Amino acid sequence: MKPLGDTLGVLFVQFAGLSLVAFGGANAVIPEIQREAVDVNHWMTAREFAALFAIAQAAPGPNFMISTLVGWKAAGVPGALVATAAMCAPSCLLTFGIVKVWDRYRDAWWRAAIGAGLAPVTVGLVGASAWLLTRAADLQWRLALVTAVTAMVTYFTRLNPLWCLAAAGGLGLAGLLS
Amino acid sequence: MYRVNSKILYCKLNANRVRLRITVADRTSFPMQQAPSTTAEAPRSPADLFLAFLEIGLSGFGGVLPFARRMLVEKRGWLAPDVFNETLALCQTLPGPNVVNLSIVVGSRFAGAWGAAAALAGLVVAPVAIVLVLAALYGRYGAQGRLPGMIVGLGAAAAGLVVATAAKMAVPLIQRRPVSGGPFIAAVFLAVGVLRFPLIWVLLALAPVSIVVAWRVSARRAP
Repeated sequence: MKPLGDTLGVLFVQFAGLSLVAFGGANAVIPEIQREAVDVNHWMTAREFAALFAIAQAAPGPNFMISTLVGWKAAGVPGALVATAAMCAPSCLLTFGIVKVWDRYRDAWWRAAIGAGLAPVTVGLVGASAWLLTRAADLQWRLALVTAVTAMVTYFTRLNPLWCLAAAGGLGLAGLLS
Repeated sequence: MYRVNSKILYCKLNANRVRLRITVADRTSFPMQQAPSTTAEAPRSPADLFLAFLEIGLSGFGGVLPFARRMLVEKRGWLAPDVFNETLALCQTLPGPNVVNLSIVVGSRFAGAWGAAAALAGLVVAPVAIVLVLAALYGRYGAQGRLPGMIVGLGAAAAGLVVATAAKMAVPLIQRRPVSGGPFIAAVFLAVGVLRFPLIWVLLALAPVSIVVAWRVSARRAP
């Protein structure tokens, strides 16, 4: 077990870096968060990561809170606070600094090119997140069915996603999914 | 009104520079610089911003953007619909969680650094506290009785939500740009999801190429 300070340092560096490359939001960096937390630092297994992601999704609020929970798992409440701050601070400072410049160059060619060029990269990253989370969560066919039904319902209807989470949680609580 | 007047004054001083300033003002999505008819309301203080974003943070499950829109555009009337869309586009282009960026942009435009800090704090504080309580409960009771079953069920549904998000993002993009977008989606997916390469190398290798390709394609379409 490494000293707490070391773990906090690792968390800070890792999430501060991710903050600055999280184009398209937190879902885009889930593969990297999982790689660091599971494969590199061994803070948890892929299954535990899927469970923490489920908790982050089931809680109200922005979807960057998987970083809060990874910090919590790695180093308790201090870890959670460090990871949350590191995930927010760099991109916030960048955004704060860039707002005025950005408005001035609204029609610049490079702005449109950066936006259009990053779009497929972001989509690829979110697709990778979906793939990894599905692989970690779907341990048998009933769970795979839950994933498939949730994906279909969310894709084809405007139903609040909370209903799918509640139904899946209820089925699991009733012992029907294990 | 005050701002408009000051601009007219400025006009008289330097006609040339003013033309520039007016174009900038017309194009900015800064609601306080727009015609008063577009958005009548504005937050009165950083505390106002804090409370609005507190409510946004607490109301959204699995992503809060729709709730942010409802609050800022419909309930408070701080942003006109098109201003909200533009601001969101900016927040989505910049790195970092989109709603967090939104809180910074809206907060700083209305009330500077303090406004940004207040909006961010309002958005983040309550959800982080709640998720930590849930995590503590999970740590303590997660292995008992039928709770593990509930958590794997939630995990499967949560994965399904991300699958749907990925599909919603991918389908229109591939339809619009099958040649300049599709291969990059596939390459990033393979490199990060299947081969598990470190994100930073994938981004450094593929993002610049994707940007150049997007730029060349749009240049060809609209010379």
